[in-house]
Amino acid sequence: MKAPPFEWHRPATLAEAVASLAAVAPQDGRVLAGGQSLLPAMALRVARPPHLVDINGIAELGELRVEDNALRIGALVRHAAFHRPVAHGPLGALMAGVVRHIAHWPIRTRGSFGGSLCHADPASEWPLVAVVLGATMQAVSLRGDRLIDGPAFLRGPLETALAPDEILRAVTLPLLPADAHWGFEEVARRAGDFAQAMALVVLRMDAIGRVAEARIGIGGVEAVPRRLAAVEALVNGRLPSATLVEEAGRAAAAACDPMEDAPYRRALVRAVVSRALASAAMPQALAA
Amino acid sequence: MSEDRSLARRVNCVVNGTAQAAEVSVRRTLADYLRQDLGLTGTHLGCEHGVCGACTVLVDGRAVRSCLMLAVQAEGCAVTTVEGIAPDVVTLHPLQTAFAKHHALQCGFCTPGMLTTLLEFLEEVPAPTAEEIRIVISGNLCRCTGYEPIVAATLEAAAVMRGGA
Repeated sequence: MKAPPFEWHRPATLAEAVASLAAVAPQDGRVLAGGQSLLPAMALRVARPPHLVDINGIAELGELRVEDNALRIGALVRHAAFHRPVAHGPLGALMAGVVRHIAHWPIRTRGSFGGSLCHADPASEWPLVAVVLGATMQAVSLRGDRLIDGPAFLRGPLETALAPDEILRAVTLPLLPADAHWGFEEVARRAGDFAQAMALVVLRMDAIGRVAEARIGIGGVEAVPRRLAAVEALVNGRLPSATLVEEAGRAAAAACDPMEDAPYRRALVRAVVSRALASAAMPQALAA
Repeated sequence: MSEDRSLARRVNCVVNGTAQAAEVSVRRTLADYLRQDLGLTGTHLGCEHGVCGACTVLVDGRAVRSCLMLAVQAEGCAVTTVEGIAPDVVTLHPLQTAFAKHHALQCGFCTPGMLTTLLEFLEEVPAPTAEEIRIVISGNLCRCTGYEPIVAATLEAAAVMRGGA
């Protein structure tokens, strides 16, 4: 099908976009970023925004840079920008590892990092990355800029903390220290399909090889991605082992609250958390 | 603001090397613009919501779904469709030659999207493995299930293209 009629606004600057959105937001006007979720939703007539504020012409939203020990990602940076590491060290490698799971190549050339966060699909990968890595979202409206952290930004499936007249401007991810280890695992029925469960694990080890700090999050299972404090507490201070990997998977399955197919999703959570932890903690052991 | 409120816009872009200018409805997809306004029906429309991959074209060298892009968003862009892949009317692109040789198309419906997706991929990954090729075409549905010859053709084309042929 074709999208229903709409008026199309093409601001050239962020200031114009903010003004344009403020004018049309009361009539359900929406921001059009990469369009890889909104345009299909319009073609299927499940979304019928009468106004689109198209931000694709705004150069500053496509900027990607490292500053103040953080990666600042303009909201319109395309997924494909992360195919190769965009930052030195573990963060660039982590992003390049995760991006391969996002849809398909010709979707990644157009779909955007900020659009994925604003769409807030529970099965999307970037929201999980944002929550686990402690991202900060920078939103802008006629009222000015404000900063929102990852967990506060994601309110529920397809729901964020953005007001109807606010535009996501950029997302800041703290760089990971050089000695951080990470693992990402996802289960989807087909390559590029929506995730049924995914886990991201980031670890720092102490001098004798115990886990000093674990960050363990799951996505695609609950309404929003979430760090599992109980599993992190279980892993902290322990030496990585096959037993610990198994225990962590079981604890994650018990700690999660799936939206649907609970027994199956719990089994998937157990598998992806175990695998992500194993790949973060002991890649050599896995290969053996 | 009067211009902003209109439902149609003028769009200027270059399609397969030829400058095009037209007044189009803002809700017209790039795919419909190519097919209906320009008569370039080599770009196929299967699902019209980004799943099947048949409508994939190159916009400024990047493979994109032309059903998930508005025609007005192509303003100032260079678009290449399957009609613009071959260097001239009597010579096929090496990827097209390999597709023909390996019988990598049966009904041909998915072929334009396969070719455009693979062209950008081979620019970025000139020496891919069969597994990498399978992953990159995972977003292009072939209902004849001819994936094996498509992978074989791509491997051969990649070798030819690396050789500067």
